[in-house]
Amino acid sequence: MERIPILKMGRFLLVTIQVDMHDRLALALQDDLTSQIVKWKARGVLIDISALEMVDSFIGRMLGTIASMARLLDSDTVVVGMQPSVAITLVELGLSLKGIRTALDVEKGMAALQDAVGGADSTLSKAGRDENSQF
Amino acid sequence: MRILSSERMELRSSEDIVSARQAVRKKAVALGLGLVDQTKIVTAASELARNTLDYGGGGTVLLETLENGVRSGLRLTFEDQGPGIADIKQALTDGYTSGNGMGLGLGGAKRLSHEFEITSTRGEGTRVSILRWK
Repeated sequence: MERIPILKMGRFLLVTIQVDMHDRLALALQDDLTSQIVKWKARGVLIDISALEMVDSFIGRMLGTIASMARLLDSDTVVVGMQPSVAITLVELGLSLKGIRTALDVEKGMAALQDAVGGADSTLSKAGRDENSQF
Repeated sequence: MRILSSERMELRSSEDIVSARQAVRKKAVALGLGLVDQTKIVTAASELARNTLDYGGGGTVLLETLENGVRSGLRLTFEDQGPGIADIKQALTDGYTSGNGMGLGLGGAKRLSHEFEITSTRGEGTRVSILRWK
């Protein structure tokens, strides 16, 4: 079955959603992310939605669920790269994505995660050997 | 009102929702809608297509490009033969859901459209139509 790849970067997991997700793919991502958080003891999850041309209530709910589940597993979530047209539409739809932290781009999102887990100290130094490893 | 083009699509699986979204986007682009307007109607279509699938047990969507004098627009009509909606007013209220959704589908789709029409008969099905003018 088709899967959305999850990249490990130091203590963080990075997900870039580049396809128009059908429901089963979205649910598979929830499952995969939670097991990867536990497997790698990830402290943060960064979800890049810059390629998404639309976020409906289903995808919004999925993002909220991922953030809640990650929180319970001691991991912070930041959603980055939302297109302005998507933000405008979401507000009109009535979805404010409460409880989901956002940042404008990947760089700002990574900075937010590093702040959240207590500075950049060990994040970067320990990251070296696992950087860019994909699984 | 003149109908310039029309196309009917099946909504039987969550992959069909993705196909419907893509078809709506294509029509919206062809009509010359701006990016925000495209996003609004595609999002509304996604909400309604999911309703058709989840609550109506599947159905169809009719995509029509219309012209009314100087205006042109895109009309989407979702039809199912499901159980119908007992209380339409309640179903349009934000936060009301009979399933496991967030209850934003119908009300949200209405806000994202210029015109909105719903008819539902218990035991016979539901028909929701939205229109976005250029």
